[in-house]
Amino acid sequence: MSEHILQFKPSEGFRARSKAVVDNPFLRQSFRGAMDFLMSKRAAQFPDSEELESLRTLGESIRQYNLAKLPTLLEQLEANLTRNGIQVHWAETPDEANAIILGICQARSAKLMVKGKSMVSEEIELNHAAEAAGIGALESDMGEYIVQLAGEKPSHIIMPAIHKTKEEIARLFADKVEGVDYTDNVDALIQIGRNVLRQKFLEADIGLSGVNFAVAETGTLCLVENEGNGRMCTTAPPVHIAITGIEKIVEKLEHVPPLLSLLTRSATGQNISTYFNMISSPRKPGEKDGPSEVHLVLLDNGRSQAYADEQLRKTLQCIRCGACMNHCPVYTRIGGHAYGTTYPGPIGKIISPHMLGLEATSTMATASSLCGACGEVCPVKIPIPELLMRLREEAFTAPHANPSMVGQGAGYSWLMTSVWKGWAAVYRSPSLYGVATWLGSRFSWLMPSKQGAWTSVRVPLKPAPRRLRDMLKERGE
Amino acid sequence: MSARDRILGKLKATMPATAPALPDVGGWFATHRVVESSADKAKRFRACIELAHAEVHAVTSANWLAKLLEVLRAKQIDKLLVAEETAHGEAVLNDFPRHGIDCQTYDLPIEAWKSEMFQQTPASLTVARAAIAETGTLILWPNADEPRLMSLVPPVHIVLLDAGKIYNTFFEAMQTEGWANGLPTNSLLISGPSKTADIQQTLAYGAHGPKELVVLMIGDEQ
Repeated sequence: MSEHILQFKPSEGFRARSKAVVDNPFLRQSFRGAMDFLMSKRAAQFPDSEELESLRTLGESIRQYNLAKLPTLLEQLEANLTRNGIQVHWAETPDEANAIILGICQARSAKLMVKGKSMVSEEIELNHAAEAAGIGALESDMGEYIVQLAGEKPSHIIMPAIHKTKEEIARLFADKVEGVDYTDNVDALIQIGRNVLRQKFLEADIGLSGVNFAVAETGTLCLVENEGNGRMCTTAPPVHIAITGIEKIVEKLEHVPPLLSLLTRSATGQNISTYFNMISSPRKPGEKDGPSEVHLVLLDNGRSQAYADEQLRKTLQCIRCGACMNHCPVYTRIGGHAYGTTYPGPIGKIISPHMLGLEATSTMATASSLCGACGEVCPVKIPIPELLMRLREEAFTAPHANPSMVGQGAGYSWLMTSVWKGWAAVYRSPSLYGVATWLGSRFSWLMPSKQGAWTSVRVPLKPAPRRLRDMLKERGE
Repeated sequence: MSARDRILGKLKATMPATAPALPDVGGWFATHRVVESSADKAKRFRACIELAHAEVHAVTSANWLAKLLEVLRAKQIDKLLVAEETAHGEAVLNDFPRHGIDCQTYDLPIEAWKSEMFQQTPASLTVARAAIAETGTLILWPNADEPRLMSLVPPVHIVLLDAGKIYNTFFEAMQTEGWANGLPTNSLLISGPSKTADIQQTLAYGAHGPKELVVLMIGDEQ
């Protein structure tokens, strides 16, 4: 488990951060409006439920097939990328990944890195590491640029600045971008960002990107995007560094079209993104542009822990579409920042414990209504509610030898376990149940009127003055 | 032990003994996607890419040059980046200077003229390798003649497409052309001009790449 210090501390203040959003009508309206919009866009892309189900089944089988062969495919990918001239690096932890990336930058005496959208680079806190090393790291995805200017983190994996209104962004640009006057015209704001970032694409020494799919048989890195900043980052600077989790791999090129279709339709309700970029080598002799060096950093950061368990391995099927958070009633109400993790929402709850350990994330698995919406919409059929139940068990049962996860039992409480054991004993024994309900009905007046969070919005829990069995007995039934 | 060996060691130690059967992607497409006539594919391609805010003009091999000139004039563009080692590039170079269009060629590595490319190149012309009807997508394989930035940096990107080269799906395109046997440095699918909805879900075009995408579709006589 990484010792890297993350700015976010999910175990601390989750309740307070959630409450702050719930108490803020503007943020609630913002998230609700955005999630409703994304849900209806996705629904419009899947008018045929039979097609959707069969495509989900295909997507699930592709992901499971490839995960079953993961180590073999990683070796095949490495061999083919290397044959194509792309340099492959491996990192177990965020610190190792940062050291590799900064090493490449320092070898080129780089001063500026422009970044395409990469949640893995957020996961390793690359921007902070780069700045500490004296290298500017500039986000170029428009949403990421906005949150970076604001000194914040993305609140959604697909739409990073979804929590901000255009007026907030207008004020931000007027305050932080030199020579810009306040305007809340969206086209004008995008042009401001475009003008700033175009100059940076021109000047940058390094371009960094994520990877949506890495194709083992061809040695190809695929990127999905709408803005063109991903293409800029991977083409204009002299060096391109890509970073990805070890699970984003497919054996066959033919596995890509179904996953791409599921990804773009589930994420933003587009039948395809504006750009789908397939990079198979650095600039070849005779070619006039493109980077002369391309690197791929393969990051573990807890993924091999998830891989080791047949049930938890399903977490790695994720293609990062964000549909689970768009449909999650909890995410819709508290937004992405409340979770305190790089990946928020349902997918964040099941992947973050592997990255950060259950010590830091044990409360996250409980922040779910288990309504099942996330599992229903997942394009590759990750059984998220089932995995949340498993994580609750891992976090809250007594620590034992040979645990499946780092931090197993971190949320264990002797008192809570004893209460539940007592509860189970009462409900298993008719005589104990009879005694308990008799006592409850006689002494219901002892129940306090203030019962913590329950009575903040509800009437106090109080046993009925007469038991059901007594009433039935009276009626002779 | 290296990070590579440690990661692979952990994965191999817990790797399932057998993998599931290879998913039947071809079978899925065969049963879930119709195979359309050339005319229907052209129609579907056009509808989809126009929905994505691209401008499409049906042209013939005889009049595409005139239509290109008309498009440039309508947009008040007097400079065009073209590839001189291609038939379409040569055609433009031979014809447009006399109409007052400054034809620039990508004949030097980008390092020699990066600022000029970013700041003084209003439009470019490239050719599409093929297209995809299902999603309204152009397939480009940039090469030494038409490098990668040609389709990205100029604010207006004009693409010449042979309507006879439209596939039903992305899967059909890669299978028919045997892409798995070898891909170029960079291959691209382009489905409209650059866009973003990152500010309050409001769609805006021209985020970083071309603000306008113009397709001249040769052979679509609709």
